[in-house]
Amino acid sequence: MGLINASSPHTHHQRNTADMMQLVIIATTPGFVALSYLFGWGTLINVIIAAIATLASEAFVLKLRNRRVAFYLKDNSALVTAVLLGLALPPYAPWWIVVIGAATAIILAKQLYGGMGLNPFNPAMIAYVVLLISFPIEMTRWISPVNLNTDGQLPSLIETLSAVFNHSSIIDAYTGATPLDVFKNHSGLLVEQIHHQEPLFNHSVFVSVGWEWINLAFLAGGLFLLQQRIFTWHAPVSMLVALTLMSILFYDSGSSTSGGTPLMHLLSGGTMLGAFFIVTDPVSSAVSNKGRIIYGAGIGILIYIIRVWGNYPDAVAFAVLLMNFAAPFIDYYTLPRTYGHTKAESATRRKD
Amino acid sequence: MMIELLTILGSTVLVNNFVLVQFLGLCPFMGVSNKLETAIGMASATTFVLTLASVCSYLVYTYILEPLSLEYLKTISFILVIAVVVQFAKMFIEKASPLLYRVLGVFLPLITTNCAVLGVALLNTTKSHSFLQSMIYGFGAALGFSLVLILFSAMRERLTVADVPAPFKGAAIAMITAGFMSLAFMGFAGLISLS
Repeated sequence: MGLINASSPHTHHQRNTADMMQLVIIATTPGFVALSYLFGWGTLINVIIAAIATLASEAFVLKLRNRRVAFYLKDNSALVTAVLLGLALPPYAPWWIVVIGAATAIILAKQLYGGMGLNPFNPAMIAYVVLLISFPIEMTRWISPVNLNTDGQLPSLIETLSAVFNHSSIIDAYTGATPLDVFKNHSGLLVEQIHHQEPLFNHSVFVSVGWEWINLAFLAGGLFLLQQRIFTWHAPVSMLVALTLMSILFYDSGSSTSGGTPLMHLLSGGTMLGAFFIVTDPVSSAVSNKGRIIYGAGIGILIYIIRVWGNYPDAVAFAVLLMNFAAPFIDYYTLPRTYGHTKAESATRRKD
Repeated sequence: MMIELLTILGSTVLVNNFVLVQFLGLCPFMGVSNKLETAIGMASATTFVLTLASVCSYLVYTYILEPLSLEYLKTISFILVIAVVVQFAKMFIEKASPLLYRVLGVFLPLITTNCAVLGVALLNTTKSHSFLQSMIYGFGAALGFSLVLILFSAMRERLTVADVPAPFKGAAIAMITAGFMSLAFMGFAGLISLS
């Protein structure tokens, strides 16, 4: 009789960090496929350069600190940063942009704070903001989605490589505004007129050509991670709800000063990538469920404010950093009730 | 009128935050942000002094210096005004609430050396603010300072337990963190444009 007496909890399989990170990378696949279909080879090359640069920077710092290089590289966390950065950067960005971003993310935003699990800011978003402020032209040059280009043409692999490594101006033939750019620069037109005039909007199924599919693909990946219990629903749902409420509140019945439809805010720019892959970062977000709801709602509100009234067309990175900054404070005031106690004791009133 | 005052308030708290965008008042920002409780005490004391000093320096400038055409003395007289206000605040708090006085301790006189206080007084004259505008400008600057100081102190409490490489321990990593926060605040650029 080979009965095994195991004590509770009876878990069969424990997920370690590397598996979890691997799942996150797998979940970005739909979004990656959508980006590659719509914009060509650029995203793949971004991700490859970012992966090499992040792994190299991580190995470099670990070597300097006399840590076990292979052990820490195998936890896949640097790869997740690389994938998220590669997906967030505009395709066809020059290679040095990606390398600077990857090195900033790993060395400054992650390893200086002690490595995985200790960084107060999301490394990929720090890199994105540093690049956006330092190289605004390269960082805002997006190409038009494939169905808007003449004959459905996209840059070939050779053209892509020469644009990334050789600064060729081939890409200039393909550049186009993003939906949020269009709304940022519309002068005195009603929302309906913009939707009617701009090919970016009037050829679309839901709201904006291409971007709607990218966001839906990231939404699908995010729901897969939610089903796998990689994160809880609190932060992403409260972020999306806050963003929707803000855009309904300030829709202004589509007047010339309107911020755009709620659907456009949900399905354009980096909304879904942010909601399910950035906001859910377990390290830099708030810890308790209540804290995560506040954290997510703050990001949603800030995204809308900066998108509509600020200088930058998209605001996910800024909003995430600002709330990362507030997360320790949120944690301080949302301590959950410990089991057996009646009421959570406020951390500030704790007697030492 | 109301809109204009709200604009000044919003612009000083977020867009032109005194600490993270204009880099004023960095000494208390780095010095008193080690613990959340002391940061909250410092923030409330600074709010009180900054608002009062902003108003007093406006009065001194408009009713004493300008009629006597002694504008070139404004820096030195503002320093004097700030020192007087801090001393007054200290005496007032000591009598009115001895408990708060003991909690604030050494931070109260330290406000005299906070360059944000002098910065607000001087910026009020260069921007030729009215009485009410000066008051709101000082209050907004203090609110922005408090917001950033309190959030930063909560974050620093977490940094003390992080496995930071030895050369970056303490003030160095705090400076880098402040730099990142300053980057994040650049996202507010252009939100409110002051004429």
